Formats: sequence, structure tokens, C-alpha cells
Amino acid sequence: MPAVQETIDQVKAIDVDQYKYGFVTEIESEKGAKGLSEETVRFLSAKKDEPEWMTEWRLDALRRFKTMLEPSWARVSYPDIDFDELYYWAAPKSVEGPKSLDEVDPELLATYEKLGIPLAEQEILAGVEPKNRVAVDAVFDSVSVVTTFKEELKKAGVIFCSISEAVREYPDLVKKYLGSVVPVTDNFYATLNSAVFSDGSFVYVPEGVRCPMELSTYFRINEQNTGQFERTLIIAEKGSYVSYLEGCTAPQRDENQLHAAVVELVALDDAEIKYSTVQNWYPGDKDGKGGIYNFVTKRGDCRGRNSKISWTQVETGSAITWKYPSCILRGDNSRGEFYSIAVSNGHQQVDSGTKMIHLGKNTSSRIISKGISAGVSQNTYRGLVSAHRKASNARNFTQCDSLLIGQDCGAHTVPYIESKNASAVFEHEATTSKISDDQMFYCLQRGLSEEEAVALIVNGFVKDVIQQLPMEFAVEAQKLISISLEGSVG
Amino acid sequence: MLEIKNLHARIAEDEAEILRGIDLTVNPGEVHAVMGPNGSGKSTLSYILAGKEDYEITEGEILFNGENMLDMEPDERAAAGMFLAFQYPIEIPGVATMEFLKTALNAQRKARGEDPLSIPDFMKTVKAKAADLNISMDMLKRPLNVGFSGGEKKRSEILQMSLLEPKLCVLDETDSGLDIDALRIVSEGVNKLRSPERAMVVITHYQRLLDHIVPDVVHVLSRGKIVKTGDKALALELEKNGYADYVDAAA
Ligand SMILES: Nc1ncnc2c1ncn2[C@@H]1O[C@H](COP(=O)(O)OP(=O)(O)OP(=O)(O)O)[C@@H](O)[C@H]1O
Ligand SMILES: [Mg+2]
Repeated sequence: MPAVQETIDQVKAIDVDQYKYGFVTEIESEKGAKGLSEETVRFLSAKKDEPEWMTEWRLDALRRFKTMLEPSWARVSYPDIDFDELYYWAAPKSVEGPKSLDEVDPELLATYEKLGIPLAEQEILAGVEPKNRVAVDAVFDSVSVVTTFKEELKKAGVIFCSISEAVREYPDLVKKYLGSVVPVTDNFYATLNSAVFSDGSFVYVPEGVRCPMELSTYFRINEQNTGQFERTLIIAEKGSYVSYLEGCTAPQRDENQLHAAVVELVALDDAEIKYSTVQNWYPGDKDGKGGIYNFVTKRGDCRGRNSKISWTQVETGSAITWKYPSCILRGDNSRGEFYSIAVSNGHQQVDSGTKMIHLGKNTSSRIISKGISAGVSQNTYRGLVSAHRKASNARNFTQCDSLLIGQDCGAHTVPYIESKNASAVFEHEATTSKISDDQMFYCLQRGLSEEEAVALIVNGFVKDVIQQLPMEFAVEAQKLISISLEGSVG
Repeated sequence: MLEIKNLHARIAEDEAEILRGIDLTVNPGEVHAVMGPNGSGKSTLSYILAGKEDYEITEGEILFNGENMLDMEPDERAAAGMFLAFQYPIEIPGVATMEFLKTALNAQRKARGEDPLSIPDFMKTVKAKAADLNISMDMLKRPLNVGFSGGEKKRSEILQMSLLEPKLCVLDETDSGLDIDALRIVSEGVNKLRSPERAMVVITHYQRLLDHIVPDVVHVLSRGKIVKTGDKALALELEKNGYADYVDAAA
């Protein structure tokens, strides 16, 4: 039996649940706000101690949401979601908003430790390599449980806190920027998020400041039947720089869980934001049961001249991924980048890509997308590159590569290109390849196991994107990709 | 070291046999040359030794150091010391040759319960061996076999062989595609590996290679059978008269 055939059979036979993060934290939790109603929104808003304007903003979004229809253009299929059966609020009982580390419930600290997420400031502070420090905002179900290194960041003028805290503490900034990149009515899920968003991170980097450390947020869904609606807002003032990483995991549960996030980035003149994601939500079991529905709207606005936003994503989890991190290249000479690795195995469905909207002069963008499909998964790249009338000399380069492992999976590339300016130059390259039996045999003959062979070939395939990740996360991401494909080999 | 007994093999049930009863014993320290017309089954034999799964063994057995080789997976055979220099080496895009060498070496070490080689030690070894084969460091940074010329591919195979230090080396037409200088360099590389503990099976069409790598035994394979076995003189005779006599013998 040829090696690749065997691979396919094993995908069918083996439980693809190599998912390491499938444990449930036993913690007393408060769950509320079932069903999507005004009452739910008011309850949420009150829980968070929000000012009146925020409550109204949410209620407005809810009213609009009720008039909208779920989009159906993506190449994904799933049963209808009953938004009235969901809970919109779940929080560990012990948490009343972010605290300092010593006040955090040890059970929660243990959870993050198990997830390999460094929350302990002291240990890291004592470490010999201060350049590897990472500030973390840890979000558990609907609330942020702790944000590390806040004080130290404050010294540099950087604000890094939960969005709930920002609504209370920095209302002017939030009012000015929230919904300014992703309008309330942008799309079905974004509108839903606007009504019921739970928690997420807020970052403000003042003029001319280079953020002294990596910032990151770890999202963890724990509760059953609970939606997570994260909301993140990052503002980089003139000439500033920030690198931000988000990671996500969830327990292994039989029913599907909904995650509908909105992330907004604003880069002003000469500012740069580097946003990296390692998404590893629970993907469901070998029969496609359970797993996270991940419907995400991420958009960056290069509002200032010479600004730059780059999205790097490693997507290995979720039953369904619907996600298009995009850049609006508004400022002249601004630049957008999108580097993506999307791995699908088992019954996963991925429909992901980017939009590069060229509005300003001399704007440029670059898209490198690597899709890997195994099992019976479907993996679609969907991308839009557009140049508006005034976008003279807009430049885009797009490279879309797909790698297939086995015969029962699918890879699809759907690029849209719109140019209203004759001087725009858009280039698009696409390839689809397969790991062949001959390649597997060659590697095996040299002593590699089937798993090592697939990992080697896949790592070669995704190298260009891995290089874009902050060093500390590159190795982690590489490992994660191998683990995600573990079910696809012996 | 290698004992092949009455080996019969075919591609699929409805196809004719490609190997029709091969007997071949190779002892440690020996170099055997296998010659024979196109399509006689030489590469098939080498693939079966390496464990390629496309073939069905209908009869016979293969012992490798006394163990039933047909029960072993290809990677187990590799770790046990079986190496095949491919007639047509496979391209692996995106994987730097150097990375491949390191992964292969450490995979075999791991299978044998040894620690991985440290990066400096590995680099030192590779540098020295690559220099012997006139392979530049730049070439090792390129993806394995991708865009390599015919001769470069063959040299890369021999580099892998000298790095992995196998017990049984099977070389399938390693000389084809090599220019005159490369033929000498590669042959020297192969000769360096000759040792009392190591056996080699060298498949070739040209007696010229055997001037460089002098075999202990020469076999003629025709239509899936070994039809003649002799010493180095047999290769010279074939060069003069061709296979006509033996093709008839196998029919
Ligand atoms: N996968 C395959 N499917 C069908 N026929 C095959 C396959 N592999 C080998 N054969 C056939 O088996 C026979 C032996 O092939 P093999 O490649 O072993 O010959 P060879 O002696 O190495 O020839 P050459 O000197 O040309 O390299 C040929 O007739 C070939 O067409
Ligand atoms: Mg051949």
C-alpha cells in the first residue's frame, strides 16, 4: 500500500483528537444572560460596570443585528445557530475584573500554566534574557483575568489592559476609535459582536514610542454553551511600533461553541503594527463532532502616511474558520501585509484570506498564503485586492500555495481583483501541490518516519510565513502544525 | 549480509512477473555489480530491497543480516543500514538539502537509540564530506534536488550515503548523467566507503564505472533473472558483445 494511501486510511481510523488543550477547568463559574435580547445586553453591560454611552452603543448594534441575515457565501456548511440558546456571559466566580497576579485564583493560574502561557512576572523578571519578556492579557470565557507587566508598560506610556477596563478608564480613546475600522453594521457577526462583546484587549501606544516588549492575549473558552465575543482595539500613534500576539484554545466538548471576534487596528503616520495569531481552538473529533465555530472580523486601518500593518496567522484549530484579516491602505505610502498558514485536518472547514483595499497613493501590499489540507477537510483561500480611483501606483503581490495530503480533502483559491486605477500593478501566483508517494518513500528510505517526513515537507512549505512570526512563537507554531497533522500520518 | 532467495515479484495480480526468481548473496566487504538491458528489473530489485510498497512479492525471501527484510518498514531498513542511491532522485521543494541531511541523520540515530549530533559536529562532518565530492555549501542551502542538474543529483545521493554510513549500499545507475571528472570524484567517494563491514550492489550499464569501482562479482540480470555471474572480465565481455546471448538465455 503506498505511503500516502496509508496516511489517508489512518486519518479515517485514528482519532484526530491529538488536541492537547481539551481539558476542562473545574472552577465555580457564573453563567448568565441566556438568549439574545435587550435584557441580555443590559445585564452584560451592567456586569461590566459600563457607562451609559457604551450600553446604548450595544443596544443600537442589537437592534441592527435583528434585521440582518447570516451570510452564506463562504465555502463552509454548518447547522443553523440558535442565538437564543446561547449564554452570553460566563465568568469564573472569583474574578471581579482584572487583578494583580497574587489575587488571581490559583486554579486559573494553573490553567494557563497547563496551556504553557507565562503569567508569572517575577520569574520572567528574574530571567537573564529580558528581551524575551512578553506581557500577557489572559481572557477566560467572558472576562480578562489578569494582565501582566502593566506597570512597566505604563512607564513607557503604553496602555495595555482589558477592553472592559479601557471603556471605564479611557472612554475618550475608546469612543474615538471603537467601531471606526469595523463599523457596527459591517457584517452579521461583527454586529453581533458589537452588541454582546465580552472582553478582549486594548492597546494604546503613544507617539514615537516603540513598545518595549511583545504584547499578547490568550483566549480560553471554558464554559459550555457559551459564546465568546472578544473585542480587541489597538491604536498606534504617530511613529510608534507594537508587536502583538494572540493565542486561543478551548476544551474538547461535543457541542459546537461560537467565537465571534472583532479586532480593530489603527496605525497613524509612520506607525507600525505587527499582529500575529496562533489560533488553536478545539477542531472537533474525528467524526466532525464538536469544535469551535470561529467567525472573526479583523481589520487594520493604515490611516496615516507611511504606516504599516502586518497580519501573520497560523490557523490550526476550529471546526469552522471564517476569517479575513484585512488592511485599508488609506494613508499615502502605507503598506499592508498578510502572511497565513491555514492547516485543516479531519472534518475542519476553513474559509480564510484577506482584503487589501488600496485607497492612498503609492500604497503596497503583500499576501503570502499557505493552505495545508488533510483528512476530509476543505480549505479555501478567499482574497480581495482592490485599488480605488485615487490609488495611483498601488502595488500588490499575492502568492497562494496549497498543499494536499491525501485524496479526500480539498483546496480552493478564490481571488478577487478590482482595479479602478490604471497605474495599479497587481500580481497573483498560485500553486497546488501534493505530498507524493515518491517523496514519502524517498524520505522513509533515508530513515525518516512517516510523521517526520510529513513534518519536514510541511515545514518547508510554510517556512516563508513562519519567518514572519516573533521568534519566541515560531518554534511553538511549527510544533503546533506538526501536532495538527499528527492524525494524518502513522 | 544480504541473501535474496528465489525472489518473485510483480506490480499487480493481473500483471506478469517483473522478477522471476532471483538468487543473490552479498557478503560483508564485497562489491557486486548488476548489469542488464533496459527493463530487465534492476531498479525494481533495488526498490524492493528498500521497501517500496508498489510491488507484490509472490515467492521467495530476503534476509538482511539474518533478519527477514520483507517484514521491515522502509525507515526501519534504513536505520538498520540499508541505503539506496536512486536512479532518479526525488525533489523535495522548500526543504533545504542541509536540513534534510540533518533530519535524516538524526532520525536514524534516534531509531538506533543514539543522541542527535550537535549542530557544530554535524556541520563539520557535512562540510568535509561535501568538499570531497566537490559540492558547494551554496548547493546545500538549496531545496533538495530541486533544480539540481543530473550530475548534482547523483553527487547529492553519494553525499547522503557517505554521511549516513550504511551497511548495505545499493547504487542504481549512479554513473549516468555524470561528466568524466564527476565520475572520478563520485567513484572516489564510493571507494572511500568500501570496508570489510560494508557491502555494495552497484547497478550500471557501463563497464567504465567498474574501472573506478572494481567489483568482486558481476551479475547479468535479464528479464527478471540472473542469467550469468562472473568476475570483472564479464563486464568487459558485455561491453564488447552486448546482451544478445543472455537475453536469449532468459527467454
Ligand atoms: N510501477 C510500475 N508499473 C508498471 N510497470 C512497471 C513498474 N515498475 C517497473 N515496471 C516494469 O518493470 C520492468 C522492469 O523495470 P525496471 O525499472 O526495474 O528496469 P531496469 O532494469 O531498472 O531498466 P533501466 O536499465 O532502463 O533502468 C519494466 O518493463 C518496467 O516497465
Ligand atoms: Mg533502472
